[in-house]
Amino acid sequence: MPNSQTFYTIYILWLRQLKRYLRSRSRMVGSLGQPILFLVALGFGFGPVYAAAGGGNYIQFLAPGVIAMGILFTAVFSGIEIIWDRQFGFLKETLVAPVSRTSIMIGRTLGGATVALIQGVVVLIIASFIGFHPLLINIPAALLFMLGIAVIFTALGTGIASLLEDMQGFQLIMNFVVMPTFFLSGALFPLSGVLGKIALFNPLCYGIDGLRATLTGLGQLPLSTDALIVTAVSVALVGIGAWLFRRIEV
Amino acid sequence: MNPNTDTKATAKGGAAISVKNLTKKFNHALVAVDNISFDVAAGSTFAFLGPNGAGKTTTIKMLTTLVAPTSGSISVNGFDPTKNANEVRKSFGIVFQDPSLDDELTAYENMFFHAGLYGVPRSETAGRIKEMLEFVELWDRKDDLVKKFSGGMKRRLEIARGLLHTPAILFLDEPTVGLDPQTRNHIWEYIKKLNKERGLTVFFTTHYMDEVERIADKVAIIDHGKMIANDTATNIIAAAGTQSLEEAFIKLTGHNIRADEAGAVDHLRQMRGAWRGGRR
Repeated sequence: MPNSQTFYTIYILWLRQLKRYLRSRSRMVGSLGQPILFLVALGFGFGPVYAAAGGGNYIQFLAPGVIAMGILFTAVFSGIEIIWDRQFGFLKETLVAPVSRTSIMIGRTLGGATVALIQGVVVLIIASFIGFHPLLINIPAALLFMLGIAVIFTALGTGIASLLEDMQGFQLIMNFVVMPTFFLSGALFPLSGVLGKIALFNPLCYGIDGLRATLTGLGQLPLSTDALIVTAVSVALVGIGAWLFRRIEV
Repeated sequence: MNPNTDTKATAKGGAAISVKNLTKKFNHALVAVDNISFDVAAGSTFAFLGPNGAGKTTTIKMLTTLVAPTSGSISVNGFDPTKNANEVRKSFGIVFQDPSLDDELTAYENMFFHAGLYGVPRSETAGRIKEMLEFVELWDRKDDLVKKFSGGMKRRLEIARGLLHTPAILFLDEPTVGLDPQTRNHIWEYIKKLNKERGLTVFFTTHYMDEVERIADKVAIIDHGKMIANDTATNIIAAAGTQSLEEAFIKLTGHNIRADEAGAVDHLRQMRGAWRGGRR
């Protein structure tokens, strides 16, 4: 049963994630490099082609995808951090504490998701300096989609990390989970044909579509579908992640 | 320490830890702990002596709710770790074999987060953190990141953290491995003081004979998961008819104790059938 200790545990672990993030400036700056490169290189590189093909302003299309990318990578990375905690021992400290493992997992996930959300907001701000014009009135709704993406992929990272003993499998996850999730999500190009069908099984596709719809009005799917699926997948993955986390033995 | 918040359930002299016929098998084949029974009197110091892979860490993990036993019964501070995990968890502090601090946080933050997880009342948290950090002489380093600490300082911080929620029992798994002799002595001074002044029950594992003879009221010798002896060091030496605990150990187990660094995964070593004796 949730009591005040449960909520305080969640808060404590959320605070820890946040402190670690704010303290590590290199990580903060480092993880911004990739989204900025994508925005500048792809935005200005493909921009003219995209416009010539009748797609309109490419930066307007691309920016929500790159914001989601920033969130995706930071979120998965935050979840995967459990492996470091396992190797450096801090995990044991939390597992012998008189609190439920579910509250530990939820605290960590919310902390990681908050960090990822901050990262997304920073990318949004940078994007608006290089030609992206978001619909300001929809920013609160966009933030909800960003939070949804952040929660989904932090929980996914946590779940996967609960199954891994060490960092050996990390590259595998990057190449076979994170990169396909990103490229088959409609972040960089409009989805059609076979890719469009595949993307319908990708939760990031709905997150990005919702983000794009709110920020620019260029969504391909109904906004209610996006919202429903992002919420449902967030809840499901937090549940699965918590279940996997409870089974960790050290 | 505030006596009102003390979680001690057993009076001095009663059993703080009681273990009966405890067995742990891994993968249905490897017997890491083989039918051991022992009692640890409240307020006493109890040593678990044995080579790497003997089952010391596995036993500690079962006592501290991290691993479920295959069979047998455990009582820690009057509670069963398999049934009342949280009651057991509140009643002990633990210093693991490998550091379990968050290196990216300061000493104070590590203490603060521990207090939060253990439900230390908010109004008492700051005072207790100061008291414990002063006790281990780290108060002046409270705002330094833990990654800047030496091995000995980390151990002291872990002891301070383990005691923050005023547990009745302190578990120490190979607390002095990898530390220089001076630091080792220093650490044991703190622990003896806690035992004498606060009546803290101390359960520690080691493979250093001198630590057992100096510190422990009682010692259990464990080898290949089996308990070979359980008595005071003096009685074990007398019963074996030897001059020292080291000789008694060799006589009882048939081999020397390996005194190099203890690895993190004791049972893996055992799985390898490893522990090549004779090197001291």
